[in-house]
Amino acid sequence: MTDTTLAQLSNTSIYSATVVLTLAMVAYAVYLARLVPSRERAADPAAQDRELVAAGSGDGPTGAPVGGGAGDLVDRGGRGGRGGPGGRPGAEPEPVAARKAGGVAWALTLLGTVLVVAGVVLRAAEVQRWPLGNMYEFAVVGAMFVLLSYCAWATQRDLRWLGLFVVTPVLLTLGLAITVWYTDASDLMPSLRSLWLVIHVTVATISVAVFTIGFSLGILYLVQDRLESATQRRPSFMDRLPDARSLERLTYAAHIVAFPLWTFTVIAGAIWARQAWGSYWNWDPKEVWSFVIWVVYAAYLHARVTTGWKRQNAVWIALVGFGCILVNFAVVNVFFVGQHSYSGL
Amino acid sequence: MSTRTDDRPDVAQPRLGGVGWLRWTWRQLTSMRTALFLLLLLAIGAIPGSTFPQRSIDPARTAQWIADHPTAGPLLDRLGFFEVYASPWFAAIYLLLFVSLIGCVLPRTRILWHQLRSSPPRAPRRLDRLAAHRAAEVQGDPEEVREVLRGALRGRRYRVHAHDGETLSAEKGYLRETGNLVFHVALIGVLVGVGWGHLLGWKGDVIVPVGKTFANTLSRYDTFSPGPWVDVTALSPFTLRLDDLDVEFETETTGRGQFGAPRDFEASTTFTDAEGSTEERSIRVNGPLETGAGTVFLLGNGYAPRITVRDAEGTVLYSDATPFLAQDNNYTSVGAVKVPGASPQQLGFAGFFLPTGVIDGERGPHSVFPDALDPQLALTGFEGELFPSGRPQSVYSLDTEAMIAIPGADGADQLRILLRPGESFELPGARGSITFDGVERFAGLSIRTDPGKGLTLVAALLSLAGLVASLVIRRRRVFVRVGPGEQPGRTVVSVGGLAKDDDDGMADEVAALLTGLEGTG
Repeated sequence: MTDTTLAQLSNTSIYSATVVLTLAMVAYAVYLARLVPSRERAADPAAQDRELVAAGSGDGPTGAPVGGGAGDLVDRGGRGGRGGPGGRPGAEPEPVAARKAGGVAWALTLLGTVLVVAGVVLRAAEVQRWPLGNMYEFAVVGAMFVLLSYCAWATQRDLRWLGLFVVTPVLLTLGLAITVWYTDASDLMPSLRSLWLVIHVTVATISVAVFTIGFSLGILYLVQDRLESATQRRPSFMDRLPDARSLERLTYAAHIVAFPLWTFTVIAGAIWARQAWGSYWNWDPKEVWSFVIWVVYAAYLHARVTTGWKRQNAVWIALVGFGCILVNFAVVNVFFVGQHSYSGL
Repeated sequence: MSTRTDDRPDVAQPRLGGVGWLRWTWRQLTSMRTALFLLLLLAIGAIPGSTFPQRSIDPARTAQWIADHPTAGPLLDRLGFFEVYASPWFAAIYLLLFVSLIGCVLPRTRILWHQLRSSPPRAPRRLDRLAAHRAAEVQGDPEEVREVLRGALRGRRYRVHAHDGETLSAEKGYLRETGNLVFHVALIGVLVGVGWGHLLGWKGDVIVPVGKTFANTLSRYDTFSPGPWVDVTALSPFTLRLDDLDVEFETETTGRGQFGAPRDFEASTTFTDAEGSTEERSIRVNGPLETGAGTVFLLGNGYAPRITVRDAEGTVLYSDATPFLAQDNNYTSVGAVKVPGASPQQLGFAGFFLPTGVIDGERGPHSVFPDALDPQLALTGFEGELFPSGRPQSVYSLDTEAMIAIPGADGADQLRILLRPGESFELPGARGSITFDGVERFAGLSIRTDPGKGLTLVAALLSLAGLVASLVIRRRRVFVRVGPGEQPGRTVVSVGGLAKDDDDGMADEVAALLTGLEGTG
């Protein structure tokens, strides 16, 4: 009976998290909306010039005197700094209304994260095992790692501009988990009872979580890049995000964290496969797709340093890689016959 | 449209000789663009292996798929879509990729080797041309300032070299390229390990009922697939007796699809090695038995009802624990009993074993729970010739081509036998009797060796280490130029940084070097 109580508490926690995160999503949207430069300002060419000059001075060839100059190179948009959230030096200060919305969004994100973590811990306590035994649990734990990665990163630099694009996929995942993939807590089948479940699946979920953030960043980069090359543009919240070059670097940064984790996932999976199924590689559909994902992201990393390949095209490859992750999770588990079929779903 | 080219005066085209063409091909193959193209091709090429059934994994499903698609099936079969990972085109992709990789790694190794043995290059004349650059005038002699910076660079783990009296050249991050090369070379190691395992490894599957002993010889295996270089006569002659098979199923009705799900399997065995020393060992899922001459995995289980067939006089014609193969999660199992010693005609029985049996008109005989709570045997009988053409056939099914169904005593055109443990059935027409003595479990064991797995694992881990090093470490060059300031005792110092890769921390590094100088000066 205690177990059932824990199960209900876990579910309540996850449901509450979706409500809180929905509010966080709205708050992030409001935050971005309030950052949009006003029409008058956008129409004022002098103001734009000032912005350009200020932005250009950061890496100008003439070195500033040592004492005073180091600041604007080292400070890359610290939290609530003088510049916009994207760390564009010289941009107008953040409107008070935007800052308020951003603060609320951040607080709600933290609360939502705590609730998801609580949901996962309660679920684990209820089933007395590592909570990664079926699709519902992968989805919830994956969402948890996305939120945790975002929160951890956001303590290093101002990432409120990214919040909307992190919370939205998390909400989608949690929504699908609750409605489509929900499975009552239960024990595991024998082949899943292994320490390798903890190692292999946990690292896989962390990796996918970081890839998710990389995916959001990649899309933002492509949009920003399109906007920057447009001849005519209306003011939009994208103006207050980091420039395309920075977004591309952040995309890359997320991927070089996630890719080694995915490599490890595949290796750990192979070790476990040998323990459980007798052979470290069986070309099981899940293995095939894990391999495909690895190769596609490897292609992204190569494309990025290939002369003659545009950064945009490289990022497109990374987006395809994320598409493969989605296929690997949502399609392979459900529709393909293989050994990676889990309890319930 | 082609007239324009025709109007052009003759241009002396460089002629590529045979060697030239080879060199050109090699350049193309080892170029980054080709590698990238091959990588994407590899990803695409791997996908059909997950969408089409693969012969090496599930031959029955593959055959069924081809039969269901009379047009596409044979065509795709010829194209290797049912053996994607052994198909020539898939091999072509990855072999070209690896050739391309080798062609990339070799020259890069040579370059890195030279760089490691030589000192960082001379400082450029104009440091302010570098992307990251700072200049300042500080207190101190030029030589003093230079030494402070030399110390600071060394502290930041730079290799520092002074080509002349007023500059410093420093470089660090050689491990980035080293890691990159290790990653790529280790991938070759993975491929070699996989290939080695394929050539020298073998696997065999065998079904062993409780109480029976398995001896590791070729003839005892139900299926055996050796690598091309395996000496199948040299198998280590160990034996393994299956003393007990403990199986647990979920009996709590929690969760979707959870009732009856397997929870634990454990095979208790007595292992006797080639020298004759005996030991009790247990095999579990996730806990294989390492014998030193192959690893024994517990991959399957099921029921082997003990069945006895007697003739009309009561002489035992057949008595054995007969494995039936489970068809669903509740272990509705199919199997066959073949009695070649029966006369005047050979007898055969085929049908179902049901651990918890229910027989209804809609679904026919089926089991509703995987544990043996109400075991039943539902068989039909045949007589005639069991092995008409001498073809090999499955022991789990009856080839009824040369047999006819035994009619029921009640006039039905087919005899239906339903037995519970301990029950016997008298076959009509003085054909004898069949008895269901009891139920044993069987273990599906798979015995495998893979001599390449150690190499594969080590290479994979090395490649991971190399990958991390190549992604995390940054290759940076820093140049310093010092000169006397306008007043005596002052020095103009200029620091330039050059990052080999996209490196947004380079400016910070240069700035920090000068800030540190301010602090000490």
